Amino acid sequence: MLEIKNLHARIAEDETEILNGINLTVNPGEVHAIMGPNGSGKSTLSYILAGKDDYEVTEGEILFNGENMLEMEPDERAAAGMFLAFQYPIEIPGVATMEFLKTAMNAQRKARGEEQLSIPDFMKRVKAAASHLNVSMDMLKRPLNVGFSGGEKKRAEILQMSLLEPKLCVLDETDSGLDIDALRIVSEGVNKLRSPERAMVVITHYQRLLDHIVPDVVHVLSKGRIVKTGDKDLALELEKNGYADYVDTAA
Amino acid sequence: MNVSVPINHTQAESDLIDRFEDARAGLPGSVAVAALREAAISQLRERGLPHRRVEEYKYSDLRAFLKSAAPLAAAAQEEKLESLLKDQNAFGDLDRYRIVVANGSFLDSHSDVEDLAREGVVVSNMGDALVGETGAQLLAMPKTAPNDGVIQLNTAFVQGGVVIDVREGVELSKPIELVQLAASAGAQAVRHRISIGKGAKLRLLETFVGNAGDGELNTVFDYDIADGANLASTRLITGSISATRLITSIATIGADAEFKSLGFIAGPRFARNQQFINFTGENSEAKIYGVNMAGGEDLADQTLIVDHAVPHCNSREFFKTVLDGRSKGVYQGRINVAPHAQKTDGEMMTQALLLSEGAEMANKPELEIFADDVICAHGATSGQIDEDLLFYLRARGIPEDEAKTLLVLAFLSEAIEEYDEEDVTDRLEERVREWLAGH
Repeated sequence: MLEIKNLHARIAEDETEILNGINLTVNPGEVHAIMGPNGSGKSTLSYILAGKDDYEVTEGEILFNGENMLEMEPDERAAAGMFLAFQYPIEIPGVATMEFLKTAMNAQRKARGEEQLSIPDFMKRVKAAASHLNVSMDMLKRPLNVGFSGGEKKRAEILQMSLLEPKLCVLDETDSGLDIDALRIVSEGVNKLRSPERAMVVITHYQRLLDHIVPDVVHVLSKGRIVKTGDKDLALELEKNGYADYVDTAA
Repeated sequence: MNVSVPINHTQAESDLIDRFEDARAGLPGSVAVAALREAAISQLRERGLPHRRVEEYKYSDLRAFLKSAAPLAAAAQEEKLESLLKDQNAFGDLDRYRIVVANGSFLDSHSDVEDLAREGVVVSNMGDALVGETGAQLLAMPKTAPNDGVIQLNTAFVQGGVVIDVREGVELSKPIELVQLAASAGAQAVRHRISIGKGAKLRLLETFVGNAGDGELNTVFDYDIADGANLASTRLITGSISATRLITSIATIGADAEFKSLGFIAGPRFARNQQFINFTGENSEAKIYGVNMAGGEDLADQTLIVDHAVPHCNSREFFKTVLDGRSKGVYQGRINVAPHAQKTDGEMMTQALLLSEGAEMANKPELEIFADDVICAHGATSGQIDEDLLFYLRARGIPEDEAKTLLVLAFLSEAIEEYDEEDVTDRLEERVREWLAGH
């Protein structure tokens, strides 16, 4: 589903090199965790996948279901099934959450040549997904993410993810800012979306999230490269020993 | 005292002076009205059109903009009117009364005069009223109104309009749409006098429709809001890329009264919505909103002066501007607080969103306060669309244009929603979408 080949990237503005040759293949049905210390390039990778133009790819390629992802606009990637759950979901004053959900779902359907959702059908889907994630109707009437608590913002991200039914879910530190109860609700929401057709890339600092969302593969990212790949036990080992073994301390 | 130096008239000024000579015999009014017209045209002759050296027109140089002046539009041909009104129906199926002024003159036949009379609203022809005994009184400005070049131009050329009298205590069941129609090319000068009796309540929709061509349209609304009365005016200033729209409000507000207005500009080449608001009684409130849009080479100007001449009144001014292309937006707002107008509460905010590199915004909020026990504030911002917001929306599959529309609408809606006239909110947002789709 996702093939990242020798990806090099830098910050467009000041040309700081961030990614230095990432290779990663994610197949349908798999959950990959990417762990690593601060500044290792985890969030940059997620933004590049979503198409943020603050970054410049200098070498390598990304194939998404065989297509050159780097040539697609952010909205085209979304319509093709890419979803990024943001680390810091942004507040959008004046845009009601409900209106935003409808616009996003219908925009993707339109791009894929599908019928627009009828209002009752849309409402039914939203209500079902919202109840699983403990998202109230009051929240949905408010402007998107405005005045939402940290936990509410993350639940709203997962709500969007379940409604948009992406093929590839990239979760960027979805556990940050969550208390234990919120972490459980969010993880259950994510686990519900696990399926043989869908792949996930879970980016996190801590092993804690991976107790809830159990990965098939764990990668350690350091200085813009994957330095170690293993199964879920690798995460446990990192939790115990830290990243020191994988980070070039001489730097 | 002042020695006036003769000025060199521009083509437009010469045109206007000639047009006045051609038209004067046919313009309605008593001898006293004719004298007011004469005085107004003399002022034009002496001072010319308002220009950038006149502080109030510093950012909207009418003299430089007007290259020529078209003759006044001839009387409208009745058969065309209904289809024009149907084609350009800004408020859709909203239930409302209608009063039509076409090519400068009130059209009884297309207005709901009888239904309004049953509700306690008397509608009469400004053209007729100018001929009568009180004609000069109707045309004269309140002492508090400024000596403004655009109003003077209106006084000189006024062809007609309506006199609306909402009787004491009357609350209409639905709004009145006052349509000003350009059925054929030519300039129009229209004056309305709208009196809201004690305790009465009126919701007014003011629209300007039709193919105005190159002729400038100059309309003055003179509102007299009595004690305890309430007026909400939704003004939709739209028009083709060659249209010039000069619209003025003069509002005199009594005690315990409320005046609320939303001035919406989208489309004309040169549009100025100027409002002069004067509190004459205590415990009253004015809430003035603006939604200002310009693209291409357009100029959209919202100018207002709120005079707190008496104590214990509140005013709120909230204006939003969106600019594209090489357009220019202007906001000039001034709150004056007289020495004895204690306990005044005034709050003014103007915000602009620039969608292009070439667009330009002039924000000029001013407070002039002579009383010492008041709460007054003003603010101004200008900015661009936030790239992070745009990226978030696009990452959810919303194409760039649609995402921009959503963000612009969200920006402008703040003013529309605070104006809080529920039955027009959706229709105004629809007009915003329409404008954005064309840019």
